[in-house]
Amino acid sequence: MKFKILSLAILFAGLFAAFTLAQVKLTGAGSTFDYPIFSKWFDTYNKMTGVQINYASIGSGGGIQQITAGTVDFGASDAPLTPEQMKTFKEKRGTDIIHLPIIMGGVAITYNLPSVGQGIKLDGETLADIYLGKITKWNDPRLVKLNPDKKLPNKAILVAHRSEGSGTTFIFTSYLTKVSPEWAKKVGNSTSVNWPVGLGAKGTEGVAGIIAQTQGAIGYIELAYAKQNNLPYCVMKNKAGNFIDVNFNTVSEAAAGAAKNMPKDLRAVITNADGKNSYPISGFSWIVVPKDIKDYSHAEALVKFLRWAVTKGQADATSLYYAPLPKQVQKLDLEKINSITSNGKKL
Amino acid sequence: MDIVKDRETFEKVQDYFKKSKEKKSSGFLNKILGTNNLGDIIFERLTLLFAVLVFLLVVFMAWEMYSHSTLSIKQFGWKFLINSTWDPAVTQVFGALPMIFGTMLSSFLGLLIAVPLGLSVAVFLSELAPAWLEKPLSFLTELLAGIPSVIYGLWGIFVLVPWLRDTVEPFLQNEFPNSPFFQGAPYGFGMLAAGLILSIMVLPIISSISRDVLKSVPDTQREAAFALGATRWEVTKIVLSNARSGLFGAIMLGFGRAIGETMAVTMVIGNRAQISASLLDPGYTMASVLANEFTEATTDLYLNALIELALVLFVITIIVNMLAHLLVWSTERKWK
Repeated sequence: MKFKILSLAILFAGLFAAFTLAQVKLTGAGSTFDYPIFSKWFDTYNKMTGVQINYASIGSGGGIQQITAGTVDFGASDAPLTPEQMKTFKEKRGTDIIHLPIIMGGVAITYNLPSVGQGIKLDGETLADIYLGKITKWNDPRLVKLNPDKKLPNKAILVAHRSEGSGTTFIFTSYLTKVSPEWAKKVGNSTSVNWPVGLGAKGTEGVAGIIAQTQGAIGYIELAYAKQNNLPYCVMKNKAGNFIDVNFNTVSEAAAGAAKNMPKDLRAVITNADGKNSYPISGFSWIVVPKDIKDYSHAEALVKFLRWAVTKGQADATSLYYAPLPKQVQKLDLEKINSITSNGKKL
Repeated sequence: MDIVKDRETFEKVQDYFKKSKEKKSSGFLNKILGTNNLGDIIFERLTLLFAVLVFLLVVFMAWEMYSHSTLSIKQFGWKFLINSTWDPAVTQVFGALPMIFGTMLSSFLGLLIAVPLGLSVAVFLSELAPAWLEKPLSFLTELLAGIPSVIYGLWGIFVLVPWLRDTVEPFLQNEFPNSPFFQGAPYGFGMLAAGLILSIMVLPIISSISRDVLKSVPDTQREAAFALGATRWEVTKIVLSNARSGLFGAIMLGFGRAIGETMAVTMVIGNRAQISASLLDPGYTMASVLANEFTEATTDLYLNALIELALVLFVITIIVNMLAHLLVWSTERKWK
């Protein structure tokens, strides 16, 4: 009998504990590019605070749709919302949308030329013309001029790109759009574009696979993937005219360079950024949230999480293929986060 | 003596059925259903419900796709089917022609290789193979159908593509330097690789259904032919000609599988929305575009165009499958 009472007591205690611990559950949806760091964050954050965050990595487009429909607490996108999308959001939700740069990515230009080795120098126009199909050989005079110290072979260039829509493609095409008027007119900037030449492969591994298999191939892949697999990559000429090696510092530098004249809504595409040491093919990924959140408990939990993610959370970036946000951008983010309200009330 | 007994039993049985029939034809329920048993009625209604549900599901899917692609249907109309530009970035013009072309060509290439192979396998298994060999062999061919398509894709990237690039494609270009089908740089990735992968994937479908179709040709046909002094080959010809619409159905089912194949194809086809006569050039299929671009399609029109593409693929698949089933059914009915 005693035993029974004891076990009942334990059961009730357990139930009680479960009830008091039951915290707000936040949900998010969007970018697949962000998914690895998000799952790390949500896990760490859950252990720290008990707040549970569920994230569906359905793609940036889906994330924007879900946050516009109000089915999730936050969306994540590799491209900022277009003005029309922001208008639709305002009409549907009755409040503005806030863009928060949450993490950074760098794009490395990698290639397969065993006889040449690491560090071919490239500038934006040349890269654009390779991707436009105007430069087709590695010993093209323009490439030779950029690399007087290297012996470039008479080999056909095989262009490789991502076949699926991706944030990496958005950053890459945004760079080409800025440096080449012809690219801007013909191909443009999007998560997937109408490629003039080349082969499409699924995922970073697919592009890296084509490059590894084919001599003379060139392609763009996420920075950390190139680093981890020791692939040779190009040194890119930036806006200031310096040739910049791609690494986490130079990517963060690009954000710092852009932070000085960041637009108020933080919808900055920072490719071809100012700054002496800025790597030109870098970009943000954003979390998008409504400016005014109806449910107070959700708003409170979300704001707390966002504050943590843009500051302490950034420490996890480099181990997971991302570049961390520089201090200046973290500050801008915190200001934006502080402007989030719940039914007009400050949080 | 025995015959009389058998006759008596026969009459008894006949009597029993007559009586039970009379019993059945009374009562309200059985006027509708032909039975008085409540369990039977519930069972019938339940299965009917599920059958109708499956049909409704198809209708619902088609409706959903249609209603989510109205933007693109309004904007492009029929031009969607004949326009060959797919540009999600600058002009936002979407035309499905390169993908329809790519889907059809890669499936056709696959069939070109798989049909003779699959039919030969089926003829061997149903007409020629000794019984002890037939079972394990058909099991092995059907095993090919159970391999996940991503495995075919990986095999394509690591084995097929390098082989095509280094051996087959240079050979083809050497042998046929002026043929429009083998122009361009031999990358390995492209329409030819997609066709080859598809041929391996549809082979088990074609061979196993053809075998069943051939087996459904009654043995009396074969016996009659043999009795008239026909050779093995002549008998096979007769069987094949009697089963032809069923065999055609098997091929169409293989075709249906090929046009919907996504993963393996997208891994080797090169993913470029273009129409090119050269089999060495990259192409694109409807299913691969959907798999590749759906998740990150950011604008409404783009998303609508993708869903419309899915609708086109859906309609083509349904037509192909309906034709196939009609043909298989028509042979089977002939012999029943």
